[in-house]
Parts: sequence; C-alpha cells; structure tokens
Amino acid sequence: MAVTKPSGVPQGPAPGYPDPHVEYVLRHGDDNLILAQRLSDWISKAPDLEVDIALGNIGLDHLGAARALLTQAGELEGSGRSEDDLAMFRNERQFKNLILVEQPNGDFATTIARSLFFDAYQVPLWRELSSSDDEVLAGVAQKGAMEARYHLLHSKQWSVRLGDGTEESHARMQTAVDQLWRFTDEMFIADLVDMEMAEAGIGIDPSTLAGEWRGNVTEALDEADLTVPTDEYQRWGGRQGFHSDHLGHVLGEMQWLQKSYPGLAW
Amino acid sequence: MTTTQTRPEVDPADLFQAIIDAEQKIEPHDWMPDAYRKTLIRQIAQHAHSEVIGMQPEANWISRAPTLHRKAILMAKVQDEAGHGLYLYAAAETLGITRDEMMELLHAGKHKYSSIFNYPTLSWADMGTIGWLVDGAAITNQVMLQRASYGPYSRAMVRICKEESFHQRQGFDILLTMMMGGSEAQREMVQDAVNRWWWPSLMMFGPNDSESTHTEQSMAWKIKRVSNDDLRQQFIDMTVEQSKVLGVTLPDPDLRWNEERGHYDFGEIDWDEFWAVVKGNGPMNRERIENKAGAWDDGAWVREAALAHSAKKRRVS
Ligand SMILES: [Fe+2]
Ligand SMILES: [Fe+2]
Repeated sequence: MAVTKPSGVPQGPAPGYPDPHVEYVLRHGDDNLILAQRLSDWISKAPDLEVDIALGNIGLDHLGAARALLTQAGELEGSGRSEDDLAMFRNERQFKNLILVEQPNGDFATTIARSLFFDAYQVPLWRELSSSDDEVLAGVAQKGAMEARYHLLHSKQWSVRLGDGTEESHARMQTAVDQLWRFTDEMFIADLVDMEMAEAGIGIDPSTLAGEWRGNVTEALDEADLTVPTDEYQRWGGRQGFHSDHLGHVLGEMQWLQKSYPGLAW
Repeated sequence: MTTTQTRPEVDPADLFQAIIDAEQKIEPHDWMPDAYRKTLIRQIAQHAHSEVIGMQPEANWISRAPTLHRKAILMAKVQDEAGHGLYLYAAAETLGITRDEMMELLHAGKHKYSSIFNYPTLSWADMGTIGWLVDGAAITNQVMLQRASYGPYSRAMVRICKEESFHQRQGFDILLTMMMGGSEAQREMVQDAVNRWWWPSLMMFGPNDSESTHTEQSMAWKIKRVSNDDLRQQFIDMTVEQSKVLGVTLPDPDLRWNEERGHYDFGEIDWDEFWAVVKGNGPMNRERIENKAGAWDDGAWVREAALAHSAKKRRVS
C-alpha cells in the first residue's frame, strides 16, 4: 500500500517508557482499553437489544485484554504500578493506542467501520503474537485470537447489512469508511520499538499484517457493495503519543473519579 | 389423527382452574381467561421494560467507573439486565403481543416500568446502592415469581434469579469497600446515596395491600404468591441487618425491632411521591423515556437496513 506520511508528527522519542518491551505491551493494552471505553458507550443506547448486548460483550472482551496487558506492563516496568495506575494516571502523551480506536462512536455505521478496520487488524495480530516469548502477551493473544475472529464476523456482517441494506444505510456506511480510512495505515507502520521487539521474539513487524488486513477489508467492502477508498492521506502518531483531539476527552471522563479522589480504594 | 371415541366435554375454565389449583403451569397454548392473559401481558411487559429502562442509571457510570475491575463488573451487570429484558419480552410474546408493540406502548407512555428507575445516579456510591437495595428488592420479588402459574414467566424468572444474586453482592461490595477502606468523602457518598435510595426502594413493592387493585386477583391466579406488604417487610428485615454490617444509617427514625411481631417496624412511606413518580412526574421520567425512544428512533435506519438486506438475500437465494 502506498503510504503518504504526512509531515508534522514529531520524530523524537515520545515521553514515557524507555523500555521497548513495556512500551510494546502498553501499546496493545491501550488499543483495547480505549476501544472498550468507546464501545461501552453504546450500552443502553444501541439500535436494538441484541446489538446492545453484542457491543457490550465485545467491549468486555477488549477490556479483559487491556487489563491483562496493563498489568503485565506494570510488572515489566517493575515500579509497582497497577492496571489502574496505568489506566487512570497517564496523560494523552503517555497513551500509545492507535488513533483509530479513539475516534468517536458517531452513528452506528461509524462504530461498525471502526470495528471492521480494527478487528481485521487484530485477527492476524493476535494470531502472530500467540507465539510471543512474552508468555503473558502470548496468553492474551491466544484468547484474543478467538475473540477477534468473532468480533470480525460481527463487524463484517454489519458492514454488509448496512452497505447492502437501504440507500441511507449505504451512504452512511460509505461515509464512515471514507472518514476512518485515514487512520488505517498507522496499524502497519513499524517503528524502532516494533523492530526491536520483533527481533527479540516478543513482538512482530506490523507491516507484515497489511496484506491480510487489506484482503479481509476489501472482501467485506466488496460484499457490502462499498467502494474501497483510494485516499492516500494518512494520519499516524498514536504509537508515539501524538493523538487526535479526541483522546483527552476520553481520558477526562475515564479518569475523572480517580483523579478527583486519588489514593483511595474503590 | 382421527379420533373416534367421544370425550366428555370439559369446560376449559374448569381445566384452567384445576391446573392452577394443582400448582401446575399454564402454557401458551392452554386456554386461559382473557383477563389472565391481559394481566400477564401488562405485568411481564412492565417487568421487561423495567430491566431495560433500568440499564440507563447504571450505564451512566460505566465510562467513569473508578477501576477497570469495577468497570468490567458494571458492564457485565448492565448486559445481564439487557438479557433479562430479552427473556421477559420473549415470555410476553408467547401471549400474543410483539416486542415492537411493547416498545411502542412504552415509548407512548402506555406501558409502565418500575418507578425506581426515575431517580438520577449522582455518585459512584449510587452504583453500590442500586445493587444492594434495588437489585435486593427485585430479588425479593422475583424469588416469589419463580413460582408464578404461567410457565414461560416462571421459567424466565428462574434464569433471572440465578444472575440477580451476583448483582446484589457486587453492589454491597462496592459500598463495603467505600465504607471500610475509605475516606470521609467516600463514607459521605455512601450515606447520601442510601438516604436517597432507601424510600424509593421500599416503594418498589407497590402500594399497601389495602390499596392494591391487582393483588387479590393476581394471588388467586397464583401469578403473585406473596402480597406487597409481606414482601416489603421481608426486604426490610433482611436489609436492616445488612445496613449494620455496612455501618450506614437507614433514613427512617421509626425503624425499630418489634419483638412481638418478630419484624422491624418502619415509618410511613410517602405515597404522594410514589404516585407522582408512577404518573410520570418523578425526577427522571421524561429523560428515561426520551433517551429510550430517542435511541430507538436513532436506530430505525439500522433496523430497516438489516430487514432490507435479509429481504434481498431471500430474493437472491
Ligand atoms: Fe435484572
Ligand atoms: Fe439486576
């Protein structure tokens, strides 16, 4: 895929974690945490009860993965920080999730397109990380691989229903796909952390996932009668803590109680 | 099948009563009096709507849960309530009404739901208090309903009761953690939440038996097995003991053990408040229905798309 990297992303090291292993585990933990936070916002507001339950369950899967990975990051870091310390007391620059997952839920089509793109990434990602030398990461990946296949099935089915359904749903789905497309290349950009972790047998080179992702997404969009975008503009930088404006609001809400009353048991 | 022998005529009404008397279940295809059917539809739909509307006050805190563990539990709990709604809508559908029809009636204000969900959730302690008091009151009611005479309703209640005790425990655990390990600020949050939710949760059992229009007939049909006042007393007796473990004060100066009755005496419920909330004038009635109907309307294009897609698929295959 031709990647047009926009200028403006700071090239220096991001604030945070000098240890690439901690950094790597956090990145994937943060993807899951932020997506869980977004998906859980649908609970009690979805188009019908079945969808409500499905989005909540998928959110719970992501939250489970996030908790295991943040706990592991804290262990690796060795300074005694818990999953909650990492979730509740880091700022925007210290979160390392993909910009894609912090994008607002929008209408249901936007949520589905975001999930389609992310699920199609997580299926091969978790499969490959299942044999990571980091046993905790491998365990999360093994469980996640099964979950991600179901998530992808769900987002694919809905993409097809919306793309193929009515004129309105088709238009909404195409708009969502077009608008979120610019956040997809970021998933496959390898930086020094990725390369070092791939070398160490802990991580993988994300650029190797692009082919399978593109195949799955193209298949879903074709079946949904939707056009695969050709927009070459791509926004990236989440892995370096260079997010969109949305993340601060997600964190503001998620962290509010802990920051208002720090140091208490809940 | 050809039946040659003639059977003695059995009056279906007698058969219905015999099934009830024998503590057997009435099933969807059995003959039943119109009023029995209507009562069940009203009650099961109201129960289903309560599960679903009840998701809102708790969903309000999912994004702000203080820890990831609590967030996961709360999400799972609210999911459970959605599931309870589904079981109950399915039970009501066996009586000849569709889920869509019930939704429309709810949104139009023609179907009711438990008035408890018309109060706001103002602090994290409300999540604990809802689990402890509101789910606690719901369980008291639902344990009885497992023995309801209508088969599908009774079986739905058996499934639901299995999940409810976890709901109450997680609520109690939230409060206990805030009371025990916590700061003055946390204890204040808990006491304030208990002050706000105590009386409304007593109202969940409905009007006094002397005022309750449906109770007598429902008890005769064995839909309801224990009266409102008896259930309320059961709940109070259980809850007062738990409040001592928590170290919270229940906001009723008249609450005291009555040796003679073997129960706690308690103060007069503000029935004006109860009826005002039932009639739609509680603090959150408007928002609850606006949110529910709004989400339903916002999702119309999604449901239409799913229907259109499956219709196209049927045409192709
Ligand atoms: Fe429930
Ligand atoms: Fe419950």
